[in-house]
Amino acid sequence: MENELRLAPSGDLALVASFGNEISEALNTKVRGLMLALEKVKVDGIVEMTPTYCSLMIHYDPLRIGYEALCGKVRDTLGALDDIELPEPMVIEIPTLYGGDYGPDLDYVAKHNGLTVDEVIKIHTSGTYRIYMLGFTPGFPYLGGMDERIATPRLETPRTKIAGGSVGIAGAQTGIYPIDSPGGWQIIGRTPVALYDPLSDEPILLKAGESIRFVPIDQATFDRLSREGRSGTTEGRV
Amino acid sequence: MSVGRFIEVIKPGMLTLVQDLGRYGYQQFGVPVAGAMDQFAAAAANLLVGNDRSDAVLEMMMLGPELKIGFKGCVALTGADLGPKINGSPVAMWQTLEVQAGDVLSFGGLKSGLRGYLAVAGGIDTPLVMNSRSTYTKAALGGFEGRALKAGDQVPVGSAEAERPAAMLAIPAELVPVYSVSKTVRIVLGPQNDAFTNAGLQTFLDSVYTVTNECDRMGYRLEGPSIEHVKGGDIISDGIAFGAVQVPGHGKPIIMMADRQTTGGYTKIAGVISVDLPLLAQSKPGDQIRFKRVSLEEAHELLKAREDFYSEISEMAAAQPIDAVVSLSSMNAEIISTRLFRLNVAGAVYDVKVEEVRV
Repeated sequence: MENELRLAPSGDLALVASFGNEISEALNTKVRGLMLALEKVKVDGIVEMTPTYCSLMIHYDPLRIGYEALCGKVRDTLGALDDIELPEPMVIEIPTLYGGDYGPDLDYVAKHNGLTVDEVIKIHTSGTYRIYMLGFTPGFPYLGGMDERIATPRLETPRTKIAGGSVGIAGAQTGIYPIDSPGGWQIIGRTPVALYDPLSDEPILLKAGESIRFVPIDQATFDRLSREGRSGTTEGRV
Repeated sequence: MSVGRFIEVIKPGMLTLVQDLGRYGYQQFGVPVAGAMDQFAAAAANLLVGNDRSDAVLEMMMLGPELKIGFKGCVALTGADLGPKINGSPVAMWQTLEVQAGDVLSFGGLKSGLRGYLAVAGGIDTPLVMNSRSTYTKAALGGFEGRALKAGDQVPVGSAEAERPAAMLAIPAELVPVYSVSKTVRIVLGPQNDAFTNAGLQTFLDSVYTVTNECDRMGYRLEGPSIEHVKGGDIISDGIAFGAVQVPGHGKPIIMMADRQTTGGYTKIAGVISVDLPLLAQSKPGDQIRFKRVSLEEAHELLKAREDFYSEISEMAAAQPIDAVVSLSSMNAEIISTRLFRLNVAGAVYDVKVEEVRV
């Protein structure tokens, strides 16, 4: 594993540890492993870390740890990875109300793929989607693993506002908009669960390296979970 | 917040934002760091009024606001020279200033740089959101209601330990940055410098680039000779650091600034070193930029020297209180003693003058 590691500076306050140059669960698992292990061994001078598809950006304070010393810590930690116990990845359930006003493009996605609406929902909810990384906007998950049978091109004309919580499809990707934002994804449903709540103790619900599953719900459940806020999600965690 | 400890916005200026040194710890969740664009000016302003350098300040772009101070206390103005005045009279920058309740701070017009900073003893005291007061307007996060200041806003100010810091301080003239329209910023190569041809690297290091109109808190797009890639400018998204020089397929560099997204999918040829980021933050459209390669060791030495400078200033600000009434806003003050502090910064020695005056 170690010989695939590439370390490079990004400016004078960050180190990039990359494991390769492809989107794969195997590489992303290494990124997650290194980040969790570094958190566990508590390296003085690491300010924070940004995990991405196949690399980990380590933001450090050069007044507390030098670049070479940090590179050494990264190599040592990676070398000892087999001996460091890491938590199993979680699967977080995302209750989703499909179609209707909350999923205006569900019919189009079905038509485009020659499926019924129920088949689209069934396919979308049967997958487990790895959270490769978060980015773009606060809490936006880059998810992998969508079934090609429901792949649909983006809207030709993006919408100026998509409500936070909207679940969409763009090409062969699925995703959730954490906050209101413009966008061109085909919107098939909405979750009442706040992925992003800046005033909460846990402002962002999802974490890179974990997975999510969509669970279909009805309007009554949507309304109840909206009222309950995050409490509805906790029970959904596996 | 005690009564009157606020700053009232009479005119908001072009873009006046509450910023501290940034929102750290949430980049893994896609939350941009934001924070002051010119971290040196923001930190220096805070130290001049006896604050922690990470306290929140006002960042004022190009056209300054008009502000009514609701309390007696100390302020300091640093960064771009926006032509600051108190009650209509010009005031000095880069030093502690005493203000009275009802004083009006206004700005005559931009003279140099782009972003001015106002620190107030006690710090701007908007609520902490995710451990920071920095404003990230795109997600309406932090600062004053997540947005730029508007006329009528009352910006809360924290309570200061004293009405003035222990010493009225001034940054020595030699250490006040000069914001010229043509500048050289130092970079360290990486992390994707190997995605460029040797010719491309030479182009980057030998050319003059011009700041375009597309420059904001998120990034600075530069115009100039195209930098040649080995095979395209796209990569699988990775992290983006403050000052990262992205080069997309078109070959023109974009320098990622305070409000940058946390991740991005373009090759990054280099990163601007921390001590030179303030020069970029003070650049405006039409300014010319050259890049100079330095080693990472050199970048870190420069950072350490800057840190020593900060420490010296904060030690002075925390020195024993002066008993006499001190006022630098009075031009006819009688100087009753002058204390000199010697600073050693980046191998050069500077003297900081602290004047104790009688009005």
